[in-house]
Amino acid sequence: MNPASNVSGKIRWSVKIGDILTRWGPVLLIVVLLLIAPLLVSDFRLGLLGKFLAFAILAMSLNLIWGYGGMLSLGHGVFFGLGGYAMAMFLKMEAAGGKLPDFMFWSGLESLPFFWWPFQFAWFAFPMTFILPAVLGGGLGYMVFRSRITGVYFALITQALSLIVSIMFVGQQAYTGGTNGITNYSTILGFPVFSQSTQTVIYYISVGTLVGIYLIFHFALSSRFGRLLVAMRDDENRVRFMGYNPVMLKTLVFTVSCGVAGIAGALFVPQVGIISPTNMGILPSIEIAVWVAVGGRGTLMGPVIGAILVNSAKSGLSESFPLIWQFFLGGLFIGSVLLFPTGIVGFFKGDIRQTVRRLSLSQAKGQARALLHAGIGGVGKIWPNASFPWKP
Amino acid sequence: MEVWAMQIFNGLSLSSILLLIALGLALYFGLMNVINLAHGEFIMIGAYTPYALQQLAQHFTGDPSPGITFLVAIPLSFLVAGMAGILVEQSVIRFLYRRPLDTLLATWGVGLFLQQLARSIFGAPNVQVVAPQWLSGGLSITADLLLPMKRLFIIGLVLVCLLGLYWYMYRTREGRRMRAVMQNREMASSLGVSTRRVDTLTFAVGSGLAGIAGCALTLIGPIGPSLGTFYIVDAFIVVILGGLGQIPGTILAAFIIGMLNTVFEFGTTAVAGKVLVFAAVILFLQWRPDGLARVKGR
Repeated sequence: MNPASNVSGKIRWSVKIGDILTRWGPVLLIVVLLLIAPLLVSDFRLGLLGKFLAFAILAMSLNLIWGYGGMLSLGHGVFFGLGGYAMAMFLKMEAAGGKLPDFMFWSGLESLPFFWWPFQFAWFAFPMTFILPAVLGGGLGYMVFRSRITGVYFALITQALSLIVSIMFVGQQAYTGGTNGITNYSTILGFPVFSQSTQTVIYYISVGTLVGIYLIFHFALSSRFGRLLVAMRDDENRVRFMGYNPVMLKTLVFTVSCGVAGIAGALFVPQVGIISPTNMGILPSIEIAVWVAVGGRGTLMGPVIGAILVNSAKSGLSESFPLIWQFFLGGLFIGSVLLFPTGIVGFFKGDIRQTVRRLSLSQAKGQARALLHAGIGGVGKIWPNASFPWKP
Repeated sequence: MEVWAMQIFNGLSLSSILLLIALGLALYFGLMNVINLAHGEFIMIGAYTPYALQQLAQHFTGDPSPGITFLVAIPLSFLVAGMAGILVEQSVIRFLYRRPLDTLLATWGVGLFLQQLARSIFGAPNVQVVAPQWLSGGLSITADLLLPMKRLFIIGLVLVCLLGLYWYMYRTREGRRMRAVMQNREMASSLGVSTRRVDTLTFAVGSGLAGIAGCALTLIGPIGPSLGTFYIVDAFIVVILGGLGQIPGTILAAFIIGMLNTVFEFGTTAVAGKVLVFAAVILFLQWRPDGLARVKGR
């Protein structure tokens, strides 16, 4: 064993630890912070944080198809809203206690519409928060991907979807509560929704869901499936020629993404206490993209960080200076795309991790090689006719 | 009978405005593969131009003198919106030509910015532009059928714009360069066409057309900072149906969408009309994914 390989072995080992720390360290730190947050912050702030966690899940769902799949959906607010409405209807009927929910009564309905009827049961409503948006997204996705509509076309079609669904929900007041949406809940599974203990439990459920979805995405994306998805983003035709079916792959990923967005909606509703068409329109849908872009698309942690940061800034700025917030948001869209296309996580990853790597391994190697060359060259200069037994 | 003739006329009038908006989008996309989500804000800029002009006239002469200001405002709104377009192209879009999805987001940001700017300057509530006297009343065809002059004027204005665009594209040197870049960017560039200049000019023309559309919209109703967002999604559907970047397809698609919207709305409700149009377009794309005008494969 010569000493050189031993040194590089040691360096490799330390790089590995460094890699694990840089990869999982921030995740662990954030999870620990989220877990102890109820002890640190006020109830009001905790409620906000819980809402942001729902947004973080929503951002992760968009990142799955945009960051990894290359399909920008500008209609994810719709799927978020559908999950939210499924949950809201369940809560509303629990609040009505077997009677007709108030907004239906005011709009002149005499009996519960058949399609809302099963939503009074938790075993139906809870899974539906995932299934309903997944089925709508899957159906639309299949039709769209089958005709090989990609890129900008896809973005515009999903944007039209968000416009249409939101005005549809405004228009059908008797069935959806119209502009006011669905609000005034009392209990969830028998516990008062807005009591502090229930809210804390829902907060922990949100943290658990976030971590669970993060892990599922992590393992799915580091498998062959994930590599195929990224390959398809980069060159769809090549993947098609290799014998895979991009239509089914895209439809599957889009379906899952829509379902996850629905779960985010279901977590949003009991914490915020209302769902309305303003959560599904064009603006909220495209705002999700800016959370992802700010945090870093194509990274798992990025959307979570982006959603929490941007929404914290929003609740801070828009309350005190609504005017500045609009300018700020506009600037965020432009800046995140123009100046920091890789987002916060990409910035640190590209910088810090590569710096660690460069400094420890490749740079050490490179420096050694440079020294060697300089040495031989130096010898050569002094001793022009010297011959060496090895080639530098 | 009269009712249906009226519906068709309304459809035509809606189509012509959609066309004016969608033409700009089709130009950008045909030339630069870029979708500009701030296009609606150029409409808004065009709509505030006659308003600002009338406010100035009111301030200096004590009379908004709508007859003259409106006529002046039409070319002026083209210029103002075109200048805004050049500004946006130079400051944001030209850095993003290879990244169409990022352009969507950045231009949306520009749109938000412009909307808020309008809100700070003109205030959030909607304002009304005084229509010229000579556009009141209507043209009566039969006893029951009265075609409003304003809408006739809009259709005429759009026809003039179409002719102007045709002249620009097929009868001027700049237009020839533009078509050359649309067909083959590298080849045009190697033959000495300054593609950057063509891009900027085309962007100016496209946003200028949106400005004229905004100016025309002031005849129909009150205007506000978020005026553009009401029309922009319909215009996107037109562009998608027409085949992105195809001008003849865009014209046909604007006609179809305007008509369908009006007919469906008349048959059902406004909301159901929009849903039906959307469903129809999605179904149509199943059959012809490239839209109405298919690009010839090479």
